[in-house]
Amino acid sequence: MGRYILKRLGYLLVTMWIIITATFFLMNTLPGDPVQTGTKLLPEAVAQNLRVKWGFDKPVTHRYVIYLNNLLHGDFGESMKTPGLTANAIIRDKFPASARLGLQAITFGLLVGLILGIIAAFKRNTWIDYTVIFIAIAGISIPSFVLAALLQKVIGGSLLPIIGWPSTNVWLSGFEYTILPTLAASFGSIATYSRFMRTSVLEVLNNDYILTAKAKGLSRREIVQKHVLRNSLIPIITIFAPQMAGIVTGSFVIERIFCIPGLGMYYVESINGRDFPMIMATTIFFSFFFIISIVLMDILYGIIDPRVRVSGEKR
Amino acid sequence: MTKLMEVKNLRVSFHTYAGEVQAVRDVSFSIDSGEAVAIVGESGCGKTVTSKSIMGLIPTPPGDIKENSSILYKGKDILKFSDKEWQKFRGAEAGMIFQDPMTSLNPTTKVGKQIMENLMVHRHMNKSEAFNEAVRMLEVVNIPNSRERVNDYPHQFSGGMRQRIMIAIALACNPRLLIADEPTTALDVTIQAQILELLKDIQKQFDTAVMLITHDLGVVAGMARNIIVMYAGQIIEKGTVDEVFKNARHPYTNSLLNAVPGLNLKSKVQLASIYGTPPDLLAPPAGCAFAGRCKFCMKICREQMPGVTKISSTHEASCWLQHSQAPRINIAEGIRGEQDG
Repeated sequence: MGRYILKRLGYLLVTMWIIITATFFLMNTLPGDPVQTGTKLLPEAVAQNLRVKWGFDKPVTHRYVIYLNNLLHGDFGESMKTPGLTANAIIRDKFPASARLGLQAITFGLLVGLILGIIAAFKRNTWIDYTVIFIAIAGISIPSFVLAALLQKVIGGSLLPIIGWPSTNVWLSGFEYTILPTLAASFGSIATYSRFMRTSVLEVLNNDYILTAKAKGLSRREIVQKHVLRNSLIPIITIFAPQMAGIVTGSFVIERIFCIPGLGMYYVESINGRDFPMIMATTIFFSFFFIISIVLMDILYGIIDPRVRVSGEKR
Repeated sequence: MTKLMEVKNLRVSFHTYAGEVQAVRDVSFSIDSGEAVAIVGESGCGKTVTSKSIMGLIPTPPGDIKENSSILYKGKDILKFSDKEWQKFRGAEAGMIFQDPMTSLNPTTKVGKQIMENLMVHRHMNKSEAFNEAVRMLEVVNIPNSRERVNDYPHQFSGGMRQRIMIAIALACNPRLLIADEPTTALDVTIQAQILELLKDIQKQFDTAVMLITHDLGVVAGMARNIIVMYAGQIIEKGTVDEVFKNARHPYTNSLLNAVPGLNLKSKVQLASIYGTPPDLLAPPAGCAFAGRCKFCMKICREQMPGVTKISSTHEASCWLQHSQAPRINIAEGIRGEQDG
């Protein structure tokens, strides 16, 4: 297992390098001058000074080498739009809010989704099942910003704060501020998980080994706990991992609506503003999370399903 | 010998969109303790439904066990069991082995644990006792290195070994009745022989009654004492192995026996088969269910169900040809002649 993980981490480095290289060169083919992005043109002399400051006077391959070198020292560079602030500082500053919202949303979404899915499967073709299906369809088709606005209107105000986020002790304080955004961000995943889980449980229930378990004289609860749950989780892992990366690194829409000082907005704004160091930083950050969660998914598969356990591992 | 189980007038139907399928139509038989009984018949004749009824594994709905049916186990009607009573009965009093060992074991659970579950529920063992007993059960079913293999997962075993593990699971609590539903159908021939040998050993060693469900008469001959032949949801003939093999009275039984290929068959000889298909159980015929495929079919066969004729104290057949006024013909000869002609 240890060797397998090392190998996967090796692949991770190679993949990261490919992503970095591709993004770097693609970014340089973007039309427009990165120092002339304001509505008013800067005087040519000023622009020239800026070009020298950001290194745009050097050929692209030269810049690439410098960038890689900085990256190896853990330096993402300084943001061009907010001079004085490094990309590292922005991520360090903004990521906790996004991560907290993401983790809360994913925990809540997964738990509720799985439970709803299991209930729907066992109460198949009853009003409970139809209600879950309705929630699922609504969750998939209602955009999160509509739901967010709706939550603000209906629940927010008297009961819960409509906008804002705890500014001190970002991980633990101000839970009431996080409730509405968490609900809004998790609704879609509740829908996805409950649908997948329902189908998966029904499929497992049709398997012969469930009949074997019944013939052993196990009670309904024991059958569900020991034979149904684990087997029906296998397809869930597949959809869980990629979602995890996306949700933890921040959502542009939800963070905007609830005024959360998260990372989400930087993905969009850095590209609009030709903020090269920020584009690189956010891309690398997101890719890193994504690949890590895929590696985690493969390890999780092995834990849940012994049949896909890695070869060479001791039985 | 004492009667262990008595099935009386069992009728089971399934409600489908097309209508009511009468899978089992008035089946009665009994099993003595320690005895091996074989139920023989082609696909869809109600063998499996009968055995699942005994285990309480018919899902209702769509299944429907009719009012007057009863299954007495040690004198108690198990069809009236509550869920709790069923749980106590399954696994402890009766165990079941299924047809396909490749899918009958939980792929994500160690085989030892799958055996232990049984022991912990019914014999209230703690973990280490159950573990040791699971190891011992694997030894009983001849799994080598059982102490290590008990921690393996099903995919690490071959088909034959998995069927042995299924047998170990079914036998863990030393049930009085073991139902084997086509236990060798999914296995290749050499493994089949080993599994049957094992079942035979177990039946003798633990004095367990075995109900063997199969469509392979070769399997029956070496294993069972009594044979029950089913057709279209009914028992059409039953008797001891000797009586059924040497003196079959129903044309269907004769056709089945005739269809077993002999070892000295010459090449390019067409294998014997039974022409036609079984009747649709959505609307079973008024008369004998086999009439449409029977070479000796008479007018009465299509109009009225034949009664049961007792040939000896153990042998009975349901066929109009056994009626006292029916023409005396040699059924076995007739069937063989049909094949030659």
